[in-house]
Amino acid sequence: MRPLALPSPLPGLGLAMGITVTTLSLVVLLPIGALLLRGAAIGPAEILALLGRDRVQAALILSFRAALVAAAFNLVFGLALAWVLARYRFPGRRLVDAAVDLPFALPTAVAGIALTALYAPNGAFGRLLEPLGIKVAYSEAGIWIALIFVGLPFVVRSVQPVIEEIDREVEEASATLGASRARTFLRVILPMLVPALLTGFALALARSVGEYGSVIFIAGNLPMATEIAPLLIVIRLEEFDYDGAVAIALAMLGISFALLLAINLVQIWSRRRMGAV
Amino acid sequence: MSDTAFASRLPTALAATAEPAWVRRLLILTTLGLLGLLVLAPLAAVFAESLRNGIALAVASLGNRDALAAIRLTLIVAAVSVPMNAAAGIAAAWAITKFDWRGKALLITLIDLPFSVSPVVAGLCFVLLFGANSLIGGWLVAHGYPIVFALPGIVLATMFITFPFVARELIPVMTEQGRAEEEAALTLGASGWRMFLTVTLPNIRWALLYGVLLCNARAMGEFGAVAVVSGKIRGKTTTMPIMIEMLYNEYLSVAAFSMAALLAALALVTLTLKSALEWRYADQLAATHRH
Repeated sequence: MRPLALPSPLPGLGLAMGITVTTLSLVVLLPIGALLLRGAAIGPAEILALLGRDRVQAALILSFRAALVAAAFNLVFGLALAWVLARYRFPGRRLVDAAVDLPFALPTAVAGIALTALYAPNGAFGRLLEPLGIKVAYSEAGIWIALIFVGLPFVVRSVQPVIEEIDREVEEASATLGASRARTFLRVILPMLVPALLTGFALALARSVGEYGSVIFIAGNLPMATEIAPLLIVIRLEEFDYDGAVAIALAMLGISFALLLAINLVQIWSRRRMGAV
Repeated sequence: MSDTAFASRLPTALAATAEPAWVRRLLILTTLGLLGLLVLAPLAAVFAESLRNGIALAVASLGNRDALAAIRLTLIVAAVSVPMNAAAGIAAAWAITKFDWRGKALLITLIDLPFSVSPVVAGLCFVLLFGANSLIGGWLVAHGYPIVFALPGIVLATMFITFPFVARELIPVMTEQGRAEEEAALTLGASGWRMFLTVTLPNIRWALLYGVLLCNARAMGEFGAVAVVSGKIRGKTTTMPIMIEMLYNEYLSVAAFSMAALLAALALVTLTLKSALEWRYADQLAATHRH
């Protein structure tokens, strides 16, 4: 068996570990522990009963469904955008490349009220969509728009570096062997991008499921219709229904962990696959 | 010059590994159009809405007591939480990249954990741990040190959300740099701190700045977690994003969007600095940027 730590001439392992573990415990682990402890005190039967309520189920399903729709959109759009940024040269490319990160930099509350201003019935976009009978703000479509905004950079930033590293000779070989460009893309390039695409998709999904700030302004927040799970946690807290809030939070934590596990499995799988080549 | 470098300089239309011109144009136009609609339009809307009744009114709305208190609180929260997270991030990266020990993967996973937890759930965790009717919180409140609905809670919640940023940026860079330079410094008789300040820190400064930049942007803009732990006491525990929500819900649109414009301007500064760092010091930053 390998020793716990190999000897090193460098100093400071103890100090660095001390700082890391103390901060991590105080800031991250203890708080999450408090949630798990409270969940254990409530008991699994009671938690399942709390989660079984119609309004809670509707909120959890809505959060997951809207996140799935947005992540699926970003999967396609993000791939196209990453391809354009990595492969094509056009004026303003650097600016566009920087703009992709705007959703990371712009506070969620700011994005939320801005999107609402645009898509509200009297907003710049809402005014154009209303005569067509399309309602975006205060409906589920509004939640999709907000989550697409929030999740956009994940797929682009996961896939873009992989596209940049693709060896052009592989594509040349495919072209020399008579494959059309479309066929080369589908059969040669796309398989190389799958792990990065899945990672970006899962990251966008994880972020979107728990998203709060950008959604609550545009959603309308109607119970059973446009009320997302994080908002229901806030509402339960304001009612001092801590058990109700904890039950929803545990369900969301479960979803997060499942996604985190999925991301890690994808990375292990892709490393094994790439290593075998 | 290698063959591939030469090939990449050919006009793309001539290469066998390029899409037809119409596909390229269509892709560029659709993606940029969508990006404009989805991402740039909201940014423009923030500034347009704040200037709806003239710049004088927009500026005046930022000058009242509550708005100034919110700006001050946001600056204080960032000034406390960002340096603490930077220190923790450097320590974590040092322990992970410069030594061999078992359990590294677990530590990295735990550091990354906040990225996959909903901000609202994070806020709830702090309410459960430090709230007035919890064990620890009750004792602290009784002795005059409330955490939740006060500054410490806001700082802790912000630290939770932004915890991974610095470590994530430093770990790949420091892994690549290895330990040889530090070992040389020690061999030449430098003390531990001197080695760190004169060898390690200069090597990681741009990556550190990059991580701090992202950490600060998120810290100043954090909404969900702060909304839960702050209690939203006007003028006392309202940060800028919370103030935006309050003003917006009170139909004070110009005031809400003016405050939002201030944060949007900060986001633009962050993006500019970030792009400048990527452009100038690409080789000294983490090779792939996953957030």
